[in-house]
Formats: sequence, C-alpha cells, structure tokens
Amino acid sequence: MSKTLRGVLGASCLVALGLPAMAETITVATVNNGDMIRMQGLMSHFNEKHPDIEVNWVTLEENVLRQRVTTDIATNGGQYDVLTIGNYEVPIWAGQGWLLPLDDMGEDYDAEDLLTPVAAALTVDGTLYAAPFYAESAMLMYRTDLLEKAGLTMPENPDWDFITEAAEKMTDKANGTYGICLRGKAGWGENMAFLTAMSHSMGARWFDMDWKPQFDSPEWKATLDTYLNLMTNYGPPGASSNGFNENLALFQTGKCGMWIDATVAASFVSNPEDSVVAENVGFAPFPTAAGGDNHGNWLWSWNLAIPASSTKQEASKAFVAWATSKEYTNLVAQEDGIANAPPGTRTSLYENEEYMKAPFAQPTLTAIENANTQNPSVQDVPYTGGQWISIPEFQAIGTAVGQVFSAALAGSSDADQALTAAQALTQREMQRAGYPK
Amino acid sequence: MARESTPQRKIVVTVIAWIIALAIFFPILWTILTSFKTEAQAIAIPPRFLNFDWTLANYVTVQERSNYFGHFMNSVIISLGSTILALAVAIPAAWSMAFVPGKRTKDVLMWMLSTKMMPAVGVLIPIYLLFRDWGLLDTRAGLIIVLMLMNLPIVVWMLYTYFKEIPGEILEAARMDGASLGKEILYVLTPMAVPGIASTLLLNIILAWNEAFWTLNLTTSNAAPLSTFIASYSSPEGLFYAKLSAASTLAIAPILILGWFSQKQLVRGLTFGAVK
Repeated sequence: MSKTLRGVLGASCLVALGLPAMAETITVATVNNGDMIRMQGLMSHFNEKHPDIEVNWVTLEENVLRQRVTTDIATNGGQYDVLTIGNYEVPIWAGQGWLLPLDDMGEDYDAEDLLTPVAAALTVDGTLYAAPFYAESAMLMYRTDLLEKAGLTMPENPDWDFITEAAEKMTDKANGTYGICLRGKAGWGENMAFLTAMSHSMGARWFDMDWKPQFDSPEWKATLDTYLNLMTNYGPPGASSNGFNENLALFQTGKCGMWIDATVAASFVSNPEDSVVAENVGFAPFPTAAGGDNHGNWLWSWNLAIPASSTKQEASKAFVAWATSKEYTNLVAQEDGIANAPPGTRTSLYENEEYMKAPFAQPTLTAIENANTQNPSVQDVPYTGGQWISIPEFQAIGTAVGQVFSAALAGSSDADQALTAAQALTQREMQRAGYPK
Repeated sequence: MARESTPQRKIVVTVIAWIIALAIFFPILWTILTSFKTEAQAIAIPPRFLNFDWTLANYVTVQERSNYFGHFMNSVIISLGSTILALAVAIPAAWSMAFVPGKRTKDVLMWMLSTKMMPAVGVLIPIYLLFRDWGLLDTRAGLIIVLMLMNLPIVVWMLYTYFKEIPGEILEAARMDGASLGKEILYVLTPMAVPGIASTLLLNIILAWNEAFWTLNLTTSNAAPLSTFIASYSSPEGLFYAKLSAASTLAIAPILILGWFSQKQLVRGLTFGAVK
C-alpha cells in the first residue's frame, strides 16, 4: 500500500470519527387521544426541521401508560425520553427530582403565552417542569331543545338547585330520555374526579389544615345527597358503571338531557358525524352552590415532560418545544383546520377569531380560566388540585372512596353509610402514610 | 353400564352444548362484528347485530397507524420461544416427579403451583430492577425468560399428569435393554407422551400469546407484542370502540386459527387421563 493511500485512509478514518453522530432516536410515551394521534400524522414536518432526530412512538391506554411510566421513572429504567403525564403527576414527580426543568425552551417558545392556570399547575418553585400539550376543564353540556321543552332557560351560571329542577323536568323515562348523566364508575380519575370537583363547588374539602378527612362535614353530606338524588331519580339505569365514554355514547345518542364532564367532550357532541344531537347542544359553566362562585376547579392537562435521567435531553427538548409551540398550532390549522388545534394551553389560540367561531371555544376557555388549582375549595386546604388532590396517596385513597360512593349509587348503601366508610378508610390510609407531615 | 343414547337425548345435549358454546364465544363474535362498524354504529342503541353498513375502514386505519407485522412477529417469537424453553425444562422435571418420586414430590408440585397464586404485580418492581441491570428491558429474550417462568408450573403439572399415565415398566424394559437416561426420555418416554406434550405446547402458546401483564410492563417498542398493540387503541376519553375491536380482532386472529386447526389435539390432551 503506498504511503499516499495509507495517508488518505487514515485521514478518512479521522474524519469519520469526527462526524456528528447518526440520527438520534428518542422514545415518546403517549396516550391514545385524538390530538396525540394527529401529531403522529404530522411528524414529517418535525423531521424536515430536525432530520437528525427520529421519534419512536409508544402509544398506550391512559392507565397502562401511567403504571408503565411510573415504574420506569421510579426505578430509573431509562426506557423513555419524553413522557406524556398529567398535571397530577408533574408537581409530585418534579418534587422527587425525576423531571428535567423546561425553562430554556428557546427564543421562539413564548412561555408567557401559556394559559396561566395551566402553567401554574406545572410549575414548582417558579420552574416549569412540563410543557402542556392539551388542557381541559369541566362544564355542563345540555340539550337546548329539551330545556326549551321543559320551559326553562339556562342561567349564565347555573347552580345545583337549577340542575336538579332541570333534570327533573327533562326526564322522560318512558322515551328513554334521562335528565342527567354523570360519572358513576369507581376510580380516582372516574367518579371521584367529578365528585371531588362537585364537592369543591359545594364548599366541601377533602382535608382540613391538619390533614384530617372531612367526609363527616355537612358540605360533603350535601354533595353526596345531591349527587345520589340526581342520579337515582333522573339518571340512566346502571349509572354506577358509567365513565366518560359511556356517558359520551349516551349523550351522543340522545339519551341525556344534561352531562357534566370534561370540556374535550364538547367537540365530540357537536360533531354531526358522530352525534345525533349535534344541532341542539348548549354549554354552561360547571354548576356552583346556590349563591356561590366556586366552579369546582377541574383542570386536567396532558403534558410532555423529560425524565431527568434521559441521555438524549437536547433532542427531547427540541421535540417537546416543537410539539407544544405556537408553530405546531399553526401547522394543525393549516393541515386539518383550526378547530382541531389542541385546546386549552395557549392564549394566542383564544385570540384567533377563526378558532373562536367553534361553539365550544369560549365555554372551554371560560371553564379553564375559572379553575383555581392553587386554592380549590372556598375553605382553607393544605393541598392543591381540583378534581384530584395533589398527594401521591390520592390514587389509592381516591379509588377506594370512589368504590364506596359507586356502591352507594348502585344502592348497596345510603349516603350516610358511604360517608362514614369513606371517612374511616381515608383516616386510616392517611395515618398509615404518616400525615400530618 | 353406559346410558342409553336416544335421539331425543342427543338433540337436547347438542342444543345445550351449542347454547353454552355461543354464550362463551359471543364476546369474541361481538368484537369481530364491531370491527366492521363505524364508530357511531358501534355505540348505537339498540345495538345493531348484522344490519349495519359493513366497512373495512377501521382495519385500514389500524394498519396505517401501527406496525402490526412487527408486533405479530414479536408475539410469535416470544410465545414459541417461551414454550420451547419451558418444555425443555419441564420434561426432565416431570419425568423425575412421575417415575422417581421422592418423599416431598407432592409438596414440591404444590409449592410450584402456589407461585401462580401471587399477583404478578407483587414482583414487578424487583423484576424490573433486575431487567434494568441486566439490560433485558424491551428485549424478546427477557420476555421469553419471564413468560417461561410464569407458565412453568402449569407445564410441569400437565406433563406430570400425562407421564403418570405411562406404565413405568416400559421405561424399565428400555433400561434393561441398555438405554441411558437421556435415550430413555428422548426415545421411549417422549414418543409415548406426544399427545400430552402437543396439548401442553398448544396451551402454553395460547397462554403466552394472551399474556398482557409482563408483555405490557417490560416492553417499550422493540419487543412489544400484540398485547401492546391492543393497548394502544384503548382510550378512556374518546370513543374508539370500532378501531379497538379491529385491533383486537387482528391480534386474536392468528391464535384463533391455530386453536381451530388444533382443537382435536387440544381437547384430547386436556381430557387425557380424565376418565379412566
């Protein structure tokens, strides 16, 4: 081999070693919802901008995903570079030091544009730990035709007394129409999401300032009495196994007069392709107690976060910044229409006149702005949250209490028995967990 | 004395058998039917049985969104791999328990079965940590090992039951003819136990194929089998029942077909030794 050839070969090896690494692959764990699926379809735009980053999607059902990513992050398993997690997890995980701070998302990111209540729930000690992709609150969806037939007009801010009256008048069991559909299936994210928000709206609280459970309070009694009265007299049969999807199916097929649930349902029930009542749907804020102004403070967001242990932090950050940017909203508007933009995260979206033409845009914004997760109850509370309580034990306690309340709805016990059982089990679990801390 | 089988009795028994079979099969049939409906028809009240606009749209969507073939291959490799490995361990184990039982053989068998009584989630974190340290997370090899261990008690028990039916004298005769232990198991015992081994193999493949705890918790994407493919279509907020049904139908179709063709062996194996 000539000296020249050897030299050339050696130089090429050196150049090859110095070349930037091959495309980096990041693994993104996400949930199966319409907005996330849409993003997967728009990945070619991200690849154009970042040809050196490949995104590997892992889509899972919400509860499977929660168990999966919790196991992985708690054991430092390192299987994921970007996680889709809720605002329930973000403050708890950030407190454990599991998440990468996301303060430096680039000049174009405009973090100021994020809706204040949404960003507040993702911020710990002034640092943002997750970027919101999509957010929702809860509101009342109702059948305008049935309400009119009942001779009622929806007030600007309905209270629970009005809801009871309307439910009674809209119910026509002979024709399979039920005045109200609410969640009854047991689970901290199922019936307890609704009942916790409802209890906050009625002035109740889960714990006093010493972390003592408050199910023995008159406010909780009023909450459960109202709920059971509504559901047993004016609700659909078998309501104790109904969750979001079951109620969505009932409402879309014209079986419910009213439904109080996540704002994301609004776009489904007003879509004529899937809903036979699309033309007759009205929206109103989450009900309050008579004369009150607490709307329950339901606020949920799906957020993209990066585990502190990720070895591909820069690439992950580039992806998160793109997916939660204004640029992404514009891209969806251009490809699929502005009405399909992921809702509830950015002020700029709600300044877009075209978007505000959608019937659900303003009610969704109002609902999100009404939510105060920092002070969810009118009484003093030691926790933050809204339709959940921001402590790690809430998943277990909330589900256990949810089972007690679901059983009461099914007729196995009355409100007093259910509240006594809920009080006892919550007290026991909180003591075991070492509260007050 | 055998009971007399009159034509009337035959008809009654056949009708009852059909009713039970249809009741058991109905959820699967409903899933298959739903997969051909639109999302709106999937939730229609009253439910539509056959009078809907049949569509393949859900299958198209599922094919576009997911790498079905990748998940399918993972399922094949994991279920076959874990079954073959389990048989390799279980045949010698069942041989020793059936033909040279010790004082504590029955206790060992019970103890093996008792490991199936613990909820799998109880050992999730220790196994996850071991897998992390050994680099087995999201690998087919890792899942083959775990599923083999999970199904081993059932495999040993089934084989033990079959081997017990084989007269020990035949093996003794082989030994007297000079067969070594290995030859005795391989050339004398195994051929006689083929129906039993075949049904154990089939049942174990079905169990491994349908396993949805470890396969979901120990995989991410590279080794993810069809259980994760189904899980990606389930959603608590949004009605995707038709797409979920299409994904489920695609996931169970291969094993359903395998079960259909091998039902003779399965039934023969499962009832082997039941009636003496």
